[in-house]
Amino acid sequence: MTTELFTGAEMVVKSLSALKVKYIFGYPGGSVLDIYDAIFQQDEIEHILVRHEQAATHMADGYTRATGEVGVVLATSGPGATNCVTGIATAYMDSIPMVVLAGQVATSLIGNDAFQETDIVGCTRPIIKHSFSCRTLADIPDAISKAFYIASTGRPGPVVVELPKDILIPQNKGPFNIETDIKIRSYNPNIKGHSKQIKKAAQTISNAKRLVVYSGGGIVLSDASELLTKLVETLKAPITNTLMGLGGISGTHKQFIGMLGMHGSLEANKSMANADVILALGARFDDRVTNNVEKFCPNATIIHVDIDPTSISKTINAHIPIVGLVDVVMQQLLDELSDINFSPDEAELSQWWQQINLWRNVKSISYDQDVNEKIKPQRVVEALYKITQGDAYVCSDVGQHQMFAAQYYPFAKPRRWINSGGAGTMGFGLPAAMGVKLAFPDKHVICITGDGSIQMNIQELSTCKQYNLPVVIVTLNNRSLGMVRQWQDMVYGGRHSSSYMESLPDFVKVAEAYGHVGIQIDNLDELEEKLTQAFNIKDRLVFVDVMVDEKEHVYPMQIRTGAVDEMWLKKGVKS
Amino acid sequence: MRRILAILMENEPGSLSRIVGLFSQRAFNIESLTVAPTDDNSLSRMTIATKGDDKVLEQIVKQVNKLIDVIKITDITDRKHIERELLLVKVAAMSDKSRTEVTRITDIFRGNIIDIGKQVYTVQLTGDAEKLNAFINALQNETEIIESARSGCVGMARGDQALRI
Repeated sequence: MTTELFTGAEMVVKSLSALKVKYIFGYPGGSVLDIYDAIFQQDEIEHILVRHEQAATHMADGYTRATGEVGVVLATSGPGATNCVTGIATAYMDSIPMVVLAGQVATSLIGNDAFQETDIVGCTRPIIKHSFSCRTLADIPDAISKAFYIASTGRPGPVVVELPKDILIPQNKGPFNIETDIKIRSYNPNIKGHSKQIKKAAQTISNAKRLVVYSGGGIVLSDASELLTKLVETLKAPITNTLMGLGGISGTHKQFIGMLGMHGSLEANKSMANADVILALGARFDDRVTNNVEKFCPNATIIHVDIDPTSISKTINAHIPIVGLVDVVMQQLLDELSDINFSPDEAELSQWWQQINLWRNVKSISYDQDVNEKIKPQRVVEALYKITQGDAYVCSDVGQHQMFAAQYYPFAKPRRWINSGGAGTMGFGLPAAMGVKLAFPDKHVICITGDGSIQMNIQELSTCKQYNLPVVIVTLNNRSLGMVRQWQDMVYGGRHSSSYMESLPDFVKVAEAYGHVGIQIDNLDELEEKLTQAFNIKDRLVFVDVMVDEKEHVYPMQIRTGAVDEMWLKKGVKS
Repeated sequence: MRRILAILMENEPGSLSRIVGLFSQRAFNIESLTVAPTDDNSLSRMTIATKGDDKVLEQIVKQVNKLIDVIKITDITDRKHIERELLLVKVAAMSDKSRTEVTRITDIFRGNIIDIGKQVYTVQLTGDAEKLNAFINALQNETEIIESARSGCVGMARGDQALRI
């Protein structure tokens, strides 16, 4: 019997098939033409041609955040690969599994400054979980299989696989073997929490008088929201989410006290500051949460559950560190609480909730809309919530609109709020929304964006046309870089250095030029009607350009160098 | 404070760059770094001398451990351990006096003169960093140091403890 032989390019496609990949997001070029030729000759995997490789990474990323499946990107060597860098960094910062297949010049040319040669493994080293440089045919299935395993286990993250041209070409063939049951001796992420630590945590929780649960993106990534809800209901304690953790528990749950951090709710930040025990679940005490670490929750005992040991005691010292998968650890905690017949002290609890309700009554997430004024951006998000009945996938770009979306669209489910939290990548929203729409064509998928962010990947309107991806783009158009402008107003004496967009295009015409529908909304009284109209157009992309008040700031806002709960509630009004 | 970390990792292309990159990316200090394959050729053994407080050290150890290629890392500073560094030093040996002194100091420190030129001696010495520093000081008092090269330290725990798979 003769063994069937395959080219490296065929092996790439066969490996992806074996790993049940449905889509590749990419852009062809010299070094990967053989892979494109192999893709052309099969129909198991669909290739989505973007207009810029950065968008391919964000599209894969959005697809992954919505579905949980590893996104795959294919780019050519040199500029194709370097264009992926921002998208890789974005995925890395938010722990999103991703496999990036990057072409490379032939092995004989590596190091010669050949045409379209870039050391992409070197370029991406600080922003990846791992990378592989294939040098032989046999490396290909091995590297791809390991890349998927590493990307999707432990703390997830992007993995780069470098594929030189000479191992892809038709002249070079070999037998194909792929091992999908991967074991790597140097990589064994911890799954279960240490039982002594679990006992300690349960005991600390039992003795708590003012407990707060603080959960992050780890809950969403590990599909642990049902368990989180069960745990929180057992504890009867307040819960706050990070920006990345929104939807981890329903935004309308009565124990949910809103997002915390820089633009979080007063009640969330106050509860943290006054807590005696903080149970951190899959969150990493980011600087946009803690504010000044020196003043952060000095009286709290901190229980920190995270899959990544480096996240523990990096910024804030954890008194009870627990390394493990957050869903596994939460189940261990629930079991332990049940073993010790946990029931919270009702008197203490009711006092705690009374205090929290006083903070809630301040209604820190609020704004004033006069009927004669320009549309407030917050009102647009509220209208979107109403029209989509809170059941849309909301993808956002980065800036004021991102914060307004996080504050005014309470997410009932995880994986519905898709934004670049860690990296803060403008240009993320539209391609991410495209990835979501590809996965869920029958769902409402909104890209809430700004006039600045949308222009960072606006060329993808063309991809939307090609693959019929009718997302609804809602631009909160304030004719300026809103968040930059806000900081300039607050910190830089109102000097608006380069925060204007003085030559904005007519977005309606731009949308139409790409073959889509454009709608502009200028007046408050037409807001809901025109937005509804946009959502009623199901088969075409609608670009809604909403003219909003350019003077609006995002509040509340933590005061720089202050404690977690020191906030501006409105202009000139401190907490 | 100075710490010595022993690292066992996969002997793969790029492994070293991941470690070095990590230190520069996160602004960790490297005083010295040595690396070579072990008796098992699939593994590399690295010794890093670094400086930092407990919090920084905890992060260094965790971050290095997080690298996929790294199998084990231990901080051997607080344990009983052996620390060795190799020094090669070329000194001026132009007069009888300087030749005699260099030979005498080398004997005292149990070093070896391993090469001679028309007007230079090349001396080899192993020991911990403190011994090497003392040797260099002693030489400097007697003659001119023309060139010196230090390997950076390698370290290992004493007794039965072993860093292996």
